[in-house]
Amino acid sequence: MITSGEILETLHMIDQEKLDVRTITMGISLFGCVCDDEKRLASRVYSRIATQAEHLVRVGEEIERDFGVPIVNKRISVTPISLISGAIRDPLPLAEALDKAARQTGVNFIGGYSALVQKGMTRADQALIASLPQALSETEFLCGSVNVATTRAGIDMDAVKLLGQAIVDLAQRTKAQDGLGCAKLVVFANAVEDNPFMAGAFHGPGEGDCAVNVGVSGPGTVKQALEKVKGAPFDVVAETVKRTAFRITRVGQLVAREAARRLGVDFGIVDLSLAPTPAMGDSVAHILEEMGLERCGTHGSTAALALLNDAVKKGGVMASSHVGGLSGAFIPLSEDIGMIEAAQVGALTLDKLEAMTCVCSVGLDMIAVPGDTPASTISAIIADEAAIGVVNNKTTAVRIIPAPGKKVGDSVEFGGLLGRAPIIPVHPFSSEAFVARGGRIPAPLHSLRN
Amino acid sequence: MPAQSKAVVTVLGFDRKGIIAHVSTVLFQRGVNILDISQTVLDGYFNMVMMVDISEPTCSFTQLADDLNALGEEQGLQIRIQKSEIFEAMHHI
Repeated sequence: MITSGEILETLHMIDQEKLDVRTITMGISLFGCVCDDEKRLASRVYSRIATQAEHLVRVGEEIERDFGVPIVNKRISVTPISLISGAIRDPLPLAEALDKAARQTGVNFIGGYSALVQKGMTRADQALIASLPQALSETEFLCGSVNVATTRAGIDMDAVKLLGQAIVDLAQRTKAQDGLGCAKLVVFANAVEDNPFMAGAFHGPGEGDCAVNVGVSGPGTVKQALEKVKGAPFDVVAETVKRTAFRITRVGQLVAREAARRLGVDFGIVDLSLAPTPAMGDSVAHILEEMGLERCGTHGSTAALALLNDAVKKGGVMASSHVGGLSGAFIPLSEDIGMIEAAQVGALTLDKLEAMTCVCSVGLDMIAVPGDTPASTISAIIADEAAIGVVNNKTTAVRIIPAPGKKVGDSVEFGGLLGRAPIIPVHPFSSEAFVARGGRIPAPLHSLRN
Repeated sequence: MPAQSKAVVTVLGFDRKGIIAHVSTVLFQRGVNILDISQTVLDGYFNMVMMVDISEPTCSFTQLADDLNALGEEQGLQIRIQKSEIFEAMHHI
């Protein structure tokens, strides 16, 4: 029997602590669309998505209404486009088709304008990477990603070099919005196939025809739970996070199962993530500060984040039958009010963020850097982050915005969930000759580990 | 499954006459049976939780939620209805 105390606690978590389901993402395989005629392929891709996801938004809204829990985003991820565009010359018509399908189905993002190039690039991969600046600047809902490294294959430095330049070009093409296009492009190492979160979502080649993946959230809930154990030892902190993560994840599991049932598709995974938003009371940085740090980014931040990330997973795993995606705490700079404040006062630097990505989900996310940052520096930042992922056998990513015309001290406003980013400095010393080498950084040895 | 036909109605706001009467009238008119009520008033703040059976409603769940919401606005209260699975999922293994 449910008690009224439990009911009121749930309402408090939703109303005051901003508990929500961050996204229901429908993953759709496009392999069945493959053909060698550009126009036909584009029209097949459009129909496949528009048909399969026809009821996604409506069902999401119904579940939201039935359980009284906000479901912030409804999204679609598709098979990496370079895997289905091998027989056509130009992938751009597919970018338009995906964008049109997103508009038709009413989702707020569609991900999968992607390529997996950790070991080498096919002609289709190269065409897709070359088309990224145009594709992501001329569409509204489309997101792209490229996997440039894996623990088994090493780092494809030729792709890393191309992507540094693609990011700079994309920023220039979306100059009027301070380089907003770059918020839609993620460069991964060890990308996962069932990630429901944008901009890096794609429906991996190992997935079935269609599945629903759900991403939960709730930094505010964790923060408020920790406020009740002020000064307690870390054992208590970890237990408190676990308990809270369990409850949050149970909501995600319920929503995922229900969405899969109502849509008549497979339930994929629940992604146990703490995804912040720029709203007050929804910040991962503030959880770290609640643990006793004056500002996120100061000494102790990496340890605090490691505890948080691990406890979220431990608490969440038992709450869901299938856990996957990125699962962990996100630290996107522009999307977290605590991170924004910490960067503004100089407590949080790019180097510290890089260290923090060693112990948390994903990586350097939504970082705005000066507009005159050379492409080679961006490539080198990607290489560093990929090396962390490859050596530590985890997913890492870079979503960086060289904001045109902006310099350190300025900030850029992206609005909505993307938030506001203070421009943070990069190292002034060149990585040009390093990036120019190209080739592959070999896969690391995974024995003799010291 | 009985669990799928239950919902929880919560009413929060400042205490005044006839809150329960208004809410139960809306529920009765739409074929909803009240299974249990728990109510507290603390410092004039009214707090009511109702467990209801929605297996034989005369309107859709969405309509029911809209009607309760409208009543809430009219009475200056926050009234909502949620299917009970969310509470069971969060608090019971």
